[in-house]
Parts: sequence; structure tokens; C-alpha cells
Amino acid sequence: MKAASNLQGVLDSGQFAVTAEIGPPKGANPEVLRKHARNMKGYADAFNLTDNQTAVVRLSSWAASLVCLQEGVEPVMQMACRDRNRIAIQSDALGASALGVRNVLCLTGDHQIFGNQKEAKNVYDLDSIQELMVLRSMRDEGKTWGGDTLDSAPQLYLGAVENPFGDPFEFRVPRLAKKVAAGADFIQTQSIYDMERFETFMDQVRERGLDRKVHILAGVLPLKSAKAALYMKNKVSGMSVPDEIIDRMKNAADPKAEGIKLCVETIEHLKQVKGVHGVHIMAVAWEEKVPEIVREAGLHPRPVMMEPEH
Amino acid sequence: MIIAEQKPLNEVIEMLEGHSRVLVVGCRSCVAVCLAGGEKEAGILAESLRLHSDLKGKEWEVEEVTLERVCEKEWVRGMDSDIEGKDVVLSLACGVGAQVIHELYPGMFVVPGVNTISMGAPEEQGIYLEKCGGCGDCVLHLTGGVCPVARCSKSLMNGPCGGSQNGKCEIDPDTPCGWDQIYRSLKELNRLDLMETAIPPKNWRPSRSGGPRKTVRKEAVQTDEEKKIRGASP
Ligand code: SF4
Ligand code: SF4
Repeated sequence: MKAASNLQGVLDSGQFAVTAEIGPPKGANPEVLRKHARNMKGYADAFNLTDNQTAVVRLSSWAASLVCLQEGVEPVMQMACRDRNRIAIQSDALGASALGVRNVLCLTGDHQIFGNQKEAKNVYDLDSIQELMVLRSMRDEGKTWGGDTLDSAPQLYLGAVENPFGDPFEFRVPRLAKKVAAGADFIQTQSIYDMERFETFMDQVRERGLDRKVHILAGVLPLKSAKAALYMKNKVSGMSVPDEIIDRMKNAADPKAEGIKLCVETIEHLKQVKGVHGVHIMAVAWEEKVPEIVREAGLHPRPVMMEPEH
Repeated sequence: MIIAEQKPLNEVIEMLEGHSRVLVVGCRSCVAVCLAGGEKEAGILAESLRLHSDLKGKEWEVEEVTLERVCEKEWVRGMDSDIEGKDVVLSLACGVGAQVIHELYPGMFVVPGVNTISMGAPEEQGIYLEKCGGCGDCVLHLTGGVCPVARCSKSLMNGPCGGSQNGKCEIDPDTPCGWDQIYRSLKELNRLDLMETAIPPKNWRPSRSGGPRKTVRKEAVQTDEEKKIRGASP
């Protein structure tokens, strides 16, 4: 099959992939997005544009994806189920494909209680697994979920997320299997600090042969301070941050530098984990550090399999 | 049963503004069980309103009556003499009851004294939990008898989201994760295979998406002829 995207090209060729996240701005000015895209160009195979992450209103993921295309970098458009029913999801996927956005990440989405619109009426017509089923059927069968034939099928490379640290832990790998069966081509994980638990997760992934069916991109998030680490441990649901990490950040003379070092070490480790096919760097509000992390981790320069078109 | 909660007194008073002859209507069914609108609550609320009226010199006349089930016309019809001469009804029945009163006494201003919250069950005395979202297409056989629509904060159909931790939902450490409960139940039932079965996009038409829902039991519906004979009103 012809690759739909550069990211697919890299993963299918068996090279260790790198993706990175860009948080769209809380406003209508796209300049900061352009700046991030230009600075990070060449340092990742594709860039995730978050979709109103933590239910905070931001410039939309699809518009941010287009800005990236204009800057010549490949986007991964995130699409959360929280704010869209199946009509909007299908329509946005067609629009994205039409304009050259090929990678779509299917997410359930954070509950609105975490955001700045707590009184919103949420949608959740579909969950992320159902979103994958719907988009796959559009791509592979050229049909809407309702059964209508599309005059042309969208070209999509479908991603999903999995959290190896959520509970019940025993169901995390079966849930991943469910996402793969529903159509996920690649998976991005929650950020990894608890390597032991992640390795257990990966053992189970390999046991079920899932590493041969889907590309797993392990999530990393560089810490800025011990406070940030503690916040993640205590306040962010579905996160596991071992005490050693918190201590290490606490005792560091230069916590920021330590955070980057830790992140690079984590990537080095992840490269050795069988079944991990790449990393996804989530440098939230610290995007400027991505080139450094990628270089230090020995992942630069990036292969170019396909230039984004738009 | 239906779970409701009494509105704060100041809101009730505000709704009554401009009226003076008040009938407080309680219901002996669900709202009595959840201590929001039974006979006792109707009595207490009526008394509070009288006190308020005395203190503020409003000269309200407040009476109260409690019916067996305010959601059924048969019971509500018996209220003719109580309603006579009133200019407002303060309903402590659920939203259904309040609307039935309005339908039978269309000229009467009906205001809600409770917030109708959910379909649930008492967990223990004084604690009531939502159990069903009335989706019209029940999937309890797939989810170990625990409802994913009502008990998962995102109404997910295919397992817990990444925010599920230690049995709790990501939205609040006091909220159990519905999918954690489903998982435990299926494990106990030895039906974890159901966790791995993908549930396709749900048909929400029988839910609110199909507009107001009408349920017809054909065999119970009377013909015009039968209605005439039995004297039942339409
Ligand atoms: S699946 Fe639907 S009908 Fe069944 S308990 Fe849940 S909301 Fe109620
Ligand atoms: S944590 Fe559990 S109950 Fe809460 S939204 Fe996620 S799956 Fe649903």
C-alpha cells in the first residue's frame, strides 16, 4: 500500500520514528504556531496538533494542522470525541484528507470538567474505538458509517492513544488490542516515567503479537521541575511517576537541564525496548526544547519519506 | 426510581413572586423516598413559606396536599378542590409530575420546587446514585449489569479511558469509575471476553436523539368505542 503520510513511510520502513506535540495557541494568532513549526521542522516526522487539550478552548486542531502544512511540516490532527458527534467526525476527516492532512489521532478526549468550559454539554456520541471503526470504514470501504458510498475515500493514517498506567492495569493491553482491531495503525502512549510498569505492559503487548500489528510510539514528556513532577503524580489522572524521579528532580542543581537529560535517557532506554517503534515527545509549553532532545537522543537528522503537500 | 433534590428556599420564594395563593403539592412515590418532596417535605416547605410570608408581611395563603403519584393523571384529577382558588402550584413531584399537573390544570401557573436529577437508587440512607440514563437501547447484558451510559462520565462503550485509576473516575476522586466496576463485574462473572468485544457505534435514536419518546403498548390502548363505554377520558 502506498504510504498516506511521511509518518507512515518512516514507520513502514522500520525506522525509529519521532513525533512531537504542538499546543495550538489560546487565540486567533497563528504566528506562534508558525514559529514552532519552523523551529522544529526536520526534528520530527510529524507533529501532533492537540484538540482543545484538557477541554480548554484553543485554536482548532484542523486549522493548526493547515498552518503546519503551509510551513511544510506534516501534521497529526487530533480529533477528540468529546466535542463531535459521528457526523462532525466524518466530515472533519473528509475535509482533513482533502486539504492534505493525512494523520488523524483518535481520542476520547478529556472531560470538560478539567477545562475552562465546565458547563459545556459534552457529546461522546462515539468513543475512541468507535471513532477508529468509523474512520477506517471510510478509508477502506469508501463508506460513511451510515452506509452511503463516498465519491472518493479519504486517505488517512489512523492513530490512537493508550495509557499503560491507567487502571484496571490488566485491561490496558486488551484495550490496545481492541484499538488495533478497530483500525489503529499507530499508537501513542501516555508519557513514561514508570519504566518498570511500561516494560510489563510491553511484555504483554509482545505476548499478544500486537507489536507486529501496530506501531507503538512511546510518549515522553520533559520535566521542568520537581513541582511539575509532583503535580503529574498527584493531579494528572492516569499517570505514574516513581519517587526516584521526583527525588532526582528535587536534588538537581539545574532542574531544567536535568529534566532534558532524564528525557533523553528515557528515549535511549525506549529505543532498546522491543516493540517500541518510535517516540512521541510532548514538550507542552516547552516546544523549543524539542530539537535539543532529538539531537541529544541521536535521532537527528530525520529521514524524509514524503514531503507534505497542500 | 427518580431522584430529585429540593431547590433552595430563596429560589422557591423568587419563583412565587407575584402570586399569593399557593398550593404545595407533594408526591408519595420516588421523591418521598429520596426525601425531596414527600408529605413531610411538603409540610415543612409550606410552613417555611408561611413563616417567610409572616416575616415579610406578604399575606400569602399557603396550603399543601400530597398525592400518591403525581405522574399519573388518575391521582392528580382528585386535586380539583385543593386547587380551587389558588393562583400558583408549587410542585414537589419530579418534572414529570409537575407537567402532568400543568396538563390537567392548564390555566394554573405551576412552578418546580425540586430539581429532577436522575434515575437511580438509594445507596444507603441519604445517598442516591444515578444508575440508568434511559438510553432506550439497554446494553447491561454486555457490561456485567453495570450501565456504561449513566455510570461512566463519558458514556464510553468500549472500556475505561486513560483517566481511570484505582477504581476512580478522572473527573473526581469521589466518583467511582463505571468501567472499573464493569471490569470487576465481568471478571467475577468470568466474562472478560465481553471486555474485548468491540461494541460498534450505538444507536442513540431510542434515546433523546429521536425526540420525545413515546411508548405504545398496543394491546392496552383502548379503542374510541371502549373509551366511550368505560367513560375513560382520552
Ligand atoms: S444501557 Fe441504557 S437503558 Fe440500560 S441501564 Fe444504561 S442507560 Fe439505562
Ligand atoms: S475514568 Fe472511568 S468513569 Fe471516568 S470517564 Fe474514564 S472510563 Fe468513564
